Amino acid sequence: MLRGLLKLPQVRGGVHPVGHKDRSAALHILELPLPERLYLPLRQHAGADAIPVVKVGDKVLKGQMVAVAPSEISAPVHASSSGRVVDIAEIMAPHPSGLKSTAIIIDTDGEDRWIDTGVSGDPYDEEPLTLANRVANAGIVGMGGAIFPAAVKLKQGTRHEIKTVLVNGSECEPFLTCDDRLMREKAEEIVEGARLIRHILRAYKAVIAIEDNKPEAIAAMRAAAEPYGMVEVEAVPSMYPMGSAKQLIQEITGREVPAGARSTSVGVLVHNVGTVYAIHQALTYGRPLVSRIVTVAGGAINRPRNVNALVGTPVQHLIDACGGLNGDPAKLILGGPMMGVPLLSTQVPTIKGATGVLALAKHEVPRSEASPCIRCASCVEACPMGLLPLEMAARSRADDFEGADDYGLRDCILCGSCAYVCPSHIPLVQYFQYAKGEQDAKRTATKKMDYTVELSLAKQARIDAEKAAKAAEKAAKKAAKKKPVTATKPAETDEIKSPSEEESV
Amino acid sequence: MSDATVFSSPFAHTGNSVTYVMLQVCFALVPCTLFGLYLFGWPAIFLFVVTCAAAVFTELLCLYWLKQPWYRVLDGSALLTGWLIAITLPPWAPWWIGVVGAFFGVAVGKQLYGGIGQNIFNPAMLARTALLITFPVQLTSWVAPAPLGSELAPTLLQSLSITFASAPAPDALTGATALGHLKTALTLDHSASDVLANDFVWWKALLGMSAGSMGETSEVLVLLGAVFLMWRRIIRWEIPVSMLATLAVFSLIFQVADGENYAGVLFHLTSGGVLLGAFFIATDPITSPISRLAKLIFGAGCGLLVFVIRNWGGFPEAVAFSVLFMNSLTPLIDRYCRPRVYGRLPGGKPLPPLSSVDLAREVKRR
Repeated sequence: MLRGLLKLPQVRGGVHPVGHKDRSAALHILELPLPERLYLPLRQHAGADAIPVVKVGDKVLKGQMVAVAPSEISAPVHASSSGRVVDIAEIMAPHPSGLKSTAIIIDTDGEDRWIDTGVSGDPYDEEPLTLANRVANAGIVGMGGAIFPAAVKLKQGTRHEIKTVLVNGSECEPFLTCDDRLMREKAEEIVEGARLIRHILRAYKAVIAIEDNKPEAIAAMRAAAEPYGMVEVEAVPSMYPMGSAKQLIQEITGREVPAGARSTSVGVLVHNVGTVYAIHQALTYGRPLVSRIVTVAGGAINRPRNVNALVGTPVQHLIDACGGLNGDPAKLILGGPMMGVPLLSTQVPTIKGATGVLALAKHEVPRSEASPCIRCASCVEACPMGLLPLEMAARSRADDFEGADDYGLRDCILCGSCAYVCPSHIPLVQYFQYAKGEQDAKRTATKKMDYTVELSLAKQARIDAEKAAKAAEKAAKKAAKKKPVTATKPAETDEIKSPSEEESV
Repeated sequence: MSDATVFSSPFAHTGNSVTYVMLQVCFALVPCTLFGLYLFGWPAIFLFVVTCAAAVFTELLCLYWLKQPWYRVLDGSALLTGWLIAITLPPWAPWWIGVVGAFFGVAVGKQLYGGIGQNIFNPAMLARTALLITFPVQLTSWVAPAPLGSELAPTLLQSLSITFASAPAPDALTGATALGHLKTALTLDHSASDVLANDFVWWKALLGMSAGSMGETSEVLVLLGAVFLMWRRIIRWEIPVSMLATLAVFSLIFQVADGENYAGVLFHLTSGGVLLGAFFIATDPITSPISRLAKLIFGAGCGLLVFVIRNWGGFPEAVAFSVLFMNSLTPLIDRYCRPRVYGRLPGGKPLPPLSSVDLAREVKRR
């Protein structure tokens, strides 16, 4: 109430791209016909690739785990329909590089038969850790596009004092309406999911934050949250990037997440509405994450719409269900236009983090030729993190990565607001991605170097210790001639290990 | 990193461009320019056209020398430079003043530094200052307004000879600007208040019916353009407001303390090119600082310098010198005035993870 009266501008910067949301938001979520073939990439999440546990020729049921998570920060993959595994092979991954990625390929049998999930009973009776493990086994990742394993967040949360479970329904990217539609149609499930997360974390309250350009979603969620205490629905101003966790936390709680820390350090845990819905499905019915709502939109799509797509469905199948393309799209994007990745082919599969498939018409794609920076500071005004994008870009361009870091590269969330407003059309995000990549590589190299130095020092120490031990033994033998003494054992030394791969996550 | 070929996100854009920005600034200059052209007649029109054309031509020449694509000239920056030089010149200056100024502004002031975005100094002001020092007589020969169609206005033929043959202006029309007049009067031991009471009518100065540069005389029309620029978010309020406020505060203090020797706020704000300078010249994005605080400091510096130079300097007009001087400080100001980063303290250290309330509770719990 008080905040409503004062209405202080909480979040800095930001931009207001044209929404293009009307057409797809108006229609119900479409259930897709079963595709003939499903391609399940083993890497659909941040962290280590999943490891297949089925063989070619195996019969699988819908919801059956076909690849397990090898480490804590990873997620298993489940068959998204019943059928037979026909191959485990490299396919083109939904990635701008067109790199290959290993996938389990399943021919569907048309029955779409669920596996017996064996889940019954009230989840509120279970221990929080049991529930968190169930979320982990369901293969749920952050479905707003960040694809961080959801269970990792929940487990971290149990170690901190969480005051607020923040359900992110702000959906600030243009074109995307999958969360909007989900909130309108599955409001009760989402509220129930939020309550379950609150239960797992023993959090004080749950807040569902929705941008004020989605009045129907707000109304539906308010109605669903009504019966429960401590589940609030808050309208936040429409602005990009309101959907970024840091900005949303600032808007709702007025606090900033300290640089380098996680949101749990300010007592908040953020989950996207899609993730919350998936968590509800997993905890109440035992259903793993096998499908998601995807917005199919853009000027080149005949009938923009939200579809419920099985994970692994080829993108072409989604586009066909929406009336196909009217002409050649100028750009095909997985995700939203602000942070999505370009797609090279429509044959790539839908993955867990795919919020949208956009086929942009020619007039919707900006021209890409860059002119020199005129230091107009539009990017500085637009940056929600308070950085100086023009300085960062100038330094990244000159390969001065320390300089770029000094001007805030580390704090950059790659939201693209700066490039969106740049009158010179400078591909700022591209510079930052490049510089961040180089910095990461350098850090890894430094780590490796340090490790090598450590190892050689250890080796030297071991040699020295052995020498000393031998000398001691000799001395002891000499001494033994006088009176017998047991020689000291040489010092234990480390085996040579390769640096663990999860460190960079 | 080489200028890359891979096209990364975002795949959306406001549609703004450098050309659009420059042309909007030119558009904002239209009212005061048209008024100036009307006020000073054909010689002013000739000079304006010649200067703008010379600037664009110089840009083309430089692009040819530098082996850059010719269409870079379409970004409009050369036109704007030429335009700004033209409207800050004495309206009846001979044609070669405009040509030399435009060449100096574009070639030396901008392209020698590496083209658009690389120059340290405002090219138009650099050119004007260079002209003032090199050709002081031509740059300080002012004429009283002789609007098109009025009795005093020169005929087309006379105008041609004024601009292109350096014919002298009729004696009846020559005169000093308000600032120049005051400066001379003060050196002759007249008191500022007397001079202003006799010769200065503030509303006339505001409307622009006075001697001065081509486009700077009408404060009202300059403000009209400024409002347009702020509405289009091409300039921000920080630099002009802090510049004008600083000038106003200092002139007020000195007028109150010593009215005999110092002119007042209204005189300073409505005379000379201070408004044009505040809204169109000091706000040049390339040569002014980035962050808001830096902009405030920059503007205040400009305002203070204008006051100092006008009162104690050798020239009656001060905007060009002040802006150039502050341009040279821009990198320094930028260095020390960065915006605070999200999640960090102003110095750059991360915020403490717990708020004071949390800390208190934590302490209590233990």
